[in-house]
Amino acid sequence: MPEEMKIGCARPTGGLVGEGVEKEKEKPIASIEEVSAMIQVGKKAPDFAAPAYYKGGFVSVKLSEYLGKWVLLCFYPGDFTFV
Amino acid sequence: MSIDSVFVHKMWNDNELSKMVKGRVPFPMLSDAGGKVGKAFGVFDEDAGVETRGRFIIDPEGVVQGYEVLTPPVGRNVQETIRQVQAFQLVRGSKGKEATPSGWKPGKLTLKPRPDLVGKVWEVWKTEMAFD
Repeated sequence: MPEEMKIGCARPTGGLVGEGVEKEKEKPIASIEEVSAMIQVGKKAPDFAAPAYYKGGFVSVKLSEYLGKWVLLCFYPGDFTFV
Repeated sequence: MSIDSVFVHKMWNDNELSKMVKGRVPFPMLSDAGGKVGKAFGVFDEDAGVETRGRFIIDPEGVVQGYEVLTPPVGRNVQETIRQVQAFQLVRGSKGKEATPSGWKPGKLTLKPRPDLVGKVWEVWKTEMAFD
């Protein structure tokens, strides 16, 4: 019988059954390169391009197009949650 | 930015957000399906498949000046974000001659770091000033 899902602030996701534990073991330890690639204050933000909904239309937004302006970049778990 | 598609962004804006803010969302609602950008910024939760509540202040040179990352159930303090942007803008405007001490808000005292200020901060800045 399908169980009722708890509705939280994260987007509900599924996954393969019974593989969680093994997968956990296989996870490689983060390499030094990966660690150094993380965001640091005082360092440049990685440039990206992403599709966007803006003023009623669909556009492509590139971070570097905003050079010369202050940018607030906000991530959130999903639409229809708060920010 | 979230992992939702631009179509879902449109539905959210048109059906809900436009009822909260006059008109519509005034900034681009970015889509990061797959979480590639979120991974680069260290905010993508691989297990849940979503981005956490990451917020980055990026200056006109493209340099990250500050960030905050929260797990999904706790919302941000937008006023604090605005305060930080105002502080970074003041510091930048002064070309680094001024600094904003703890609790600074527009109109409050700034510090001008100089050799003669060393050990004398207590004379100009009081602990109460860290609070409103």
